[in-house]
Amino acid sequence: MLIGLFNDWIVVVLMMIGLYIVIAHGNLIKKLIGLTIFQTSVFIFYISMAKIDGGTAPILADGITQYSNPLPHVLILTAIVVGIATTALGLSLVVRIKESYNSIEEEEIQQQDNDEQLSTNKAEENA
Amino acid sequence: MIAHLPILQVIIPLLAAPICLLLNRSKLVWLFSLLASGLAFSISILLLQQVMTSGVISYELGGWQAPWGIEYRIDNLNAFLLLIISGISTVVLFAAQTSIEKEIPKDKHVYFYVLYLLSLTGMLGIVATGDAFNVFVFLEISSLSAYALIAMGNKRQALWASYQYLIMGTIGATFILIGIGLMYQMTGTLNMEDLSQRLPEVAQTRTVFVSFVFVIVGVCLKLAMFPLHLWLPNAYAYAPSIVTAFFAATATKVAVYLLIRFTFSVFGLSFSFTTIPLQTLFMALGLFGIFVASTTAIYQSNVKHLFAYSSIAQIGYMIVGFSLSTVTGLTATLLHMFNHALMKGAIFLALAAVVYRVGNVELKNFRGLGRQMPLTMAAIVIGGLSLIGVPLTVGFVSKWYLLTALVEQGWWPIAVLILLGSMLAVVYVWRVIEVAYFKEPLEQNVEVKEAPMSFLIPIWTLVIANIYFGIDTRLSVQVAEAAAQSLFGVSP
Amino acid sequence: MNLSLELMLQLCIIMPLLATLAIVASGRHPNIREGVTIATCLALIFLVVSLYQGLSAGESISVYWWELLPGLTISFDIEPLGMLFALVASFLWLVTTIYAIGYMRSHQEKNQTRFYVCFAVAIGAVMGLAFSANLFTLFIFYEVLTLSTYPLVTHAGTEKAKKGGRIYLGILLSTSIVFFLLAIVSTWLVAGTLDFTLGGIFADDVDKVIASILLVLFIFGIGKAAIMPFHRWLPAAMVAPTPVSSLLHAVAVVKAGVFTVLKVCIFIFGLDLLAELPSTQFLLYLAGASVLLASLIAMRQDNLKARLAYSTVSQLGYITIGALLATSSGVIGSSMHIAMHAFGKITLFFCAGAILVTLHKSKISEMRGIGRQMPVTMIAFFIASLSIIGVPPTGGTWSKWYLMMGTIETEQFVLMVILMLSTLLNIAYLLPIAFHAFFPNLTSFKTSDKSNNTTNITKERLPSFEIKEAPLPSLIAIVVTTLGCLTLFIYPQPLFDLASAILTGRG
Repeated sequence: MLIGLFNDWIVVVLMMIGLYIVIAHGNLIKKLIGLTIFQTSVFIFYISMAKIDGGTAPILADGITQYSNPLPHVLILTAIVVGIATTALGLSLVVRIKESYNSIEEEEIQQQDNDEQLSTNKAEENA
Repeated sequence: MIAHLPILQVIIPLLAAPICLLLNRSKLVWLFSLLASGLAFSISILLLQQVMTSGVISYELGGWQAPWGIEYRIDNLNAFLLLIISGISTVVLFAAQTSIEKEIPKDKHVYFYVLYLLSLTGMLGIVATGDAFNVFVFLEISSLSAYALIAMGNKRQALWASYQYLIMGTIGATFILIGIGLMYQMTGTLNMEDLSQRLPEVAQTRTVFVSFVFVIVGVCLKLAMFPLHLWLPNAYAYAPSIVTAFFAATATKVAVYLLIRFTFSVFGLSFSFTTIPLQTLFMALGLFGIFVASTTAIYQSNVKHLFAYSSIAQIGYMIVGFSLSTVTGLTATLLHMFNHALMKGAIFLALAAVVYRVGNVELKNFRGLGRQMPLTMAAIVIGGLSLIGVPLTVGFVSKWYLLTALVEQGWWPIAVLILLGSMLAVVYVWRVIEVAYFKEPLEQNVEVKEAPMSFLIPIWTLVIANIYFGIDTRLSVQVAEAAAQSLFGVSP
Repeated sequence: MNLSLELMLQLCIIMPLLATLAIVASGRHPNIREGVTIATCLALIFLVVSLYQGLSAGESISVYWWELLPGLTISFDIEPLGMLFALVASFLWLVTTIYAIGYMRSHQEKNQTRFYVCFAVAIGAVMGLAFSANLFTLFIFYEVLTLSTYPLVTHAGTEKAKKGGRIYLGILLSTSIVFFLLAIVSTWLVAGTLDFTLGGIFADDVDKVIASILLVLFIFGIGKAAIMPFHRWLPAAMVAPTPVSSLLHAVAVVKAGVFTVLKVCIFIFGLDLLAELPSTQFLLYLAGASVLLASLIAMRQDNLKARLAYSTVSQLGYITIGALLATSSGVIGSSMHIAMHAFGKITLFFCAGAILVTLHKSKISEMRGIGRQMPVTMIAFFIASLSIIGVPPTGGTWSKWYLMMGTIETEQFVLMVILMLSTLLNIAYLLPIAFHAFFPNLTSFKTSDKSNNTTNITKERLPSFEIKEAPLPSLIAIVVTTLGCLTLFIYPQPLFDLASAILTGRG
């Protein structure tokens, strides 16, 4: 069972690693890395799903009867593109966050936001 | 031309987006986007008419036959949603130019419209398509542009909110992708119609079960259903006001649509509600959502935050109606999607007008606005009354149906809880009203005047719609009922 | 004028709403603005009276407006109970408007235009409520009434007014949405209709338990009827300017509440079903408790308006009891009491307002001896007190008589004792005010006063005996309603005819 579902195990392990990083790490870049690993696990899942034992690339040729399923591969090309776009957008956000907060640590950003809130509240009370 | 309406619905805003880049002049781009959105709106009206008279429209993309090619499938439910999305988008866009003048630097105006149109494309695409993978693609189109739009907010918190939304949204979308993959693994098809026929054969397998869970959790993340709602308040509060108005009125509706589509059509009623205790779970979460979010709303000092939490609570109502899995319950949910879009659209647009005049929407800045911006505040009052569910507003209509659905099934205690929940709405709406009408304005706000016409016209269009559809309920009720019935396989 | 009765019926509702436009337009010219208001009042009375004649002539008048939701229509229909309510409300609106003009001007209140607008909307809502042909229509106007009176309650805009407004709106909206709406939806599902039908709309074999629960929901849900424990809004709303308190909280709002209770009892449940329900007994005792407790609380109030407010809570309990007794005497007593109490209580409120405007006094303990300064007002106060208590020669006598009859017929002797006790309490908390006003040295009625050594002080406090009455419009209003109290004793026949026609159908 362990060997037969080898690819699935890889997928699940990668998925968990990715999710764990997203949740556990406070560094925004690391979070994005986790997210990418998480997405990659899904890509692998799709790709391995389409592979058939002994199947070749889906090109019509004499003597070949088994082909891998091309559709998931095509689908996942799209998903990869989407993934790249997400990562790029995420990274650019991090750059701008770094510019305005001077930090890419979740806790510090949260702290700054809270401080700002507190100081405005105080200013209000004084007024 | 008429035959190609389903694809035109999506492709017009999609093509309009890059053209905006070419036009490259703020005002021109605005008019052009308005035109594109308006076209989409008229198409959605035509589509709805067509569906109401001649039934489901199936459109094969590129002429490839359905299970193999991509199919766009418009039934009552889709047409209804398309109408809501494109309609709200058009009305909101009307005020966009004035609003972003103050909130977004001038060199970014064009990008704003590009992203807005892409986001619109994504939402329309999700609804129009009949292909599960296509849903994912459009979902990402709308989400990616949404992240960027939110990041355009003029406070630095907007960046942080956008980042958080990006993480949550991507996880949600990836979950949906996993679910779709598992479904494909079991059935070898991605067409929703086809899936719904093939899934029952393999319904007992663990794979289908897992795929269902992945899809539902993913959709609920997008939906901001309690307790997966944490990304929403900040995203709504710090995004540019126009974006908030657009998303608050439409984005969550699209997610609710996905929830309905996947549970009712793709997986099928019997699987969704008998194999899995979805009813109990969703009803409990819906109720929790109503109470927790409404209570949180009461304690907010930023009015956008306040109404953002109120949106989460309103999603709770939709979820409760959905969880009943009866025709009336689903009708209530669909009606509330329509009605909630109208009320939140009006309220958030009015807030955009307040931002335009006052600069922000901290509650303390609302002092005296009842006198200074009477029309804008009146819109918030009417929108608020609608939220509470006062008769002659749309809120009453959906509340009536939800109650009917609950009492019909003998869920009396839940009905009482729902009504108590709407009392919380009275509290948070009245907090705003009291400040606006009974307090003298702050010193720095003495000069504030009524919002310009470019705000008042769209705001009051929505406000009047709030009242009109609260009195003339034929359109909304008819369509919602027909959609609900067709989901249950009852011929209307 | 050749208007069809149907048109008149619609005008009754629409005209006050249209008048708001004219009022807003003429907002800068108080004279025109108030002229518009009074003209509307007169026209409204004309319409209602014509409708009354139409009804007496045996014509059936009904109007269908709109189907809001499938099967749920907004439609109107005239029957004697609604007619009675409309007559009382429209007549007293005129009187109150006259009073309000004097009061608001001499008090130099702000936002008077908003005041008259909301006033007009409220009366339009009351008309709609009175003539509604089904529960759904009634509910809509019930809510409109709540919302349109909120700005009136919070008119002063002070912290206290806001707090009062919050309680007012909070209780009225929450009871109506949580209980009333739920009851309506359930009734709709159980009975399949919401049309007011003589004898009730439930099938004969309706589940008694469900019907009982529904009845409780209705009685609790109609928060405007101020049955304890949902009465708090009434005293809270007393922060409003006096004309508001008098019209809305002696006539329009509270009477809309008990009117709805009567409507529900007679036309939704039907008296036969009502008498069989187990929860009726419970609700009767609840209403009885409400009557007694409110009277006791009223005794302890030093603020005149608060005392009157609690007195109203208690009197509303009478009407609810009459409705729940489910006999014809009970119904007749209740519906007559709507009118009698309206005239009595509005006079009392007018007097309270007059005292406030002229002498700036709101505490009862400060009112010793004021009879010499405001003789007309205090005589009116005395007569109105008699009417509330229910002794001749005032109108209140008749309604109390029928209510008592009702309790005897149904052998509800506990309730009879409660009604009698409450009458005694009425005497104890109302009459001393008038007596002390004229005889400040009288010490026998000390029960409600806090200071015992007032005798000397009041003598010193009354240096001048010069007569200083309220502004003329207010005074006229007071005299008119007082005369109303007396007339209703001598000439109760039309009222009685209307009340007794309720159960037989058309008058």
